[in-house]
Amino acid sequence: MLEVRDLRKEFQPLSGSTVVALASVSFRVAAGQFVSIVGPSGCGKSTLLQCIAGLSRPTAGHVLLHGREVTGPPEGLILLFQEYNKSLMAWRSVLKNVRFGLENRPGMSRNQIDAEARRYLELVGLEGFEAHYPWELSGGMQQRVAIARALVRRPEVLLMDEPFGSLDALTRIELEDALLRLWESLQATIVFVTHDIEEAVYLSDEVYVLSRRPCQVIEEIAVKLERPRNQLTTREDPRFIQARHHIFELISKEMSRA
Amino acid sequence: MRESRWTGFAFLLLLLGLWEVAGRHGWVHKLFFPPASRILASFVQIVFSGEVLGHVGASLWRAGFGYLLAALLAITLGVLMGYWRAVYEAFEVVVELLRAVPPPAVIPVAIVFLGVGDQMKIFIILFSCAFPILVNTMDGVRGVDPVLIRTARTFGLGQGPLIWKVVLPAASPLIMTGLRIALAIALILVVISEMVGATSGIGYFILDAQRSFRIPQMYAGMLVLALLGYGLNRCFLLADARLMAWHKGLTARQR
Repeated sequence: MLEVRDLRKEFQPLSGSTVVALASVSFRVAAGQFVSIVGPSGCGKSTLLQCIAGLSRPTAGHVLLHGREVTGPPEGLILLFQEYNKSLMAWRSVLKNVRFGLENRPGMSRNQIDAEARRYLELVGLEGFEAHYPWELSGGMQQRVAIARALVRRPEVLLMDEPFGSLDALTRIELEDALLRLWESLQATIVFVTHDIEEAVYLSDEVYVLSRRPCQVIEEIAVKLERPRNQLTTREDPRFIQARHHIFELISKEMSRA
Repeated sequence: MRESRWTGFAFLLLLLGLWEVAGRHGWVHKLFFPPASRILASFVQIVFSGEVLGHVGASLWRAGFGYLLAALLAITLGVLMGYWRAVYEAFEVVVELLRAVPPPAVIPVAIVFLGVGDQMKIFIILFSCAFPILVNTMDGVRGVDPVLIRTARTFGLGQGPLIWKVVLPAASPLIMTGLRIALAIALILVVISEMVGATSGIGYFILDAQRSFRIPQMYAGMLVLALLGYGLNRCFLLADARLMAWHKGLTARQR
């Protein structure tokens, strides 16, 4: 359903020569899949997501959603950022932030929007916090609000740019499992960018490993681990360890490549 | 907080007492510095006879009209300049030049084009209030985090709703700062403009009192202005505390 074909993105800095962020990135994501993208930091993962989300025009190549070329932010696709404290609206309560996800959807009454927003807040475990402001909540809870706001729109594709990158390890584990539960019940397609190899393997059906800049896909690794995943048994599974080992080697080889 | 206000009032009373004594004992020029009690009596008289209320009304109308017009124009232009680089580049030089002109210097020009009536006064207030609002709005809009704008775009918001629902509220703390600065300026400029050819307004009242040697009334007029300015600022702060409660909470937390 989502296809990235020979995507290339160049930046022209104020001084100096052209920077090639993405050399030629190609991959496909099937409907309902959970795909992670890992790569050395600064390799252009965020740029890639912004191109897919239609927020940034690629220099060359195509992004196709259901076979249609993405030229602007497409309906049915939401990009969720790592910086929840910046992407949430500080002047809106938690409920109103989630409502924002539906406010420009035609044909929905105030009450319907309200009911949906409350339902999704409940799904992410934030019932009782509707009237709070986002900045009154912990980081993990803020990211839950952002997730609820994205999911309330029922996107077919959810792009996530290192969403748990700035959370502590325990909150992270909690949110990983919450995300998997939501993904399974909502049947969305998720493209998840992370620099955490274990997180990528734990969550995904498929892990795409990116090279250093200029970035391209160096390998696609299928993760054949049963679902539902479990923080203990999945992570102790020999296949998990093997996948982790392999991806780690790929990335460290990339990073040491001068 | 409470205590500091009481010491403040005590100090005010002390100063008034000193003024009273100085006036009565002739330590200062008796005609030019009438005792505080005479000024107060004069104040009560002009307020309760209704004499000054018409002037206050005229001043408030001019200041309010000019201020609102300035807010409307400056916020609109400020958003455009802050959001679109091309608009900024087109307007920047003109705005910086006009901003550098002290507003009273514009009064003669305004008189040439608009006469000495209300139009001129409203224009002067508009001119002087516009710049602090414009500059703050522009800064506020520029300071909106790109992540917030990208988020709104990924939710499918077009330019109009994006500005209305995201950029304006995100910039609102700085817009409010501009509005507060402009409020004080509006009061200054309404008085100045009323001292240049007018037959009503509190500025005219003060000047007229001085010219006809009704010195206590002159001071009483100033007292009216002081109370008016104080009251307006209090009202503004109250509205600000309500509208910007989220921002106060947010910044208190970040500290």
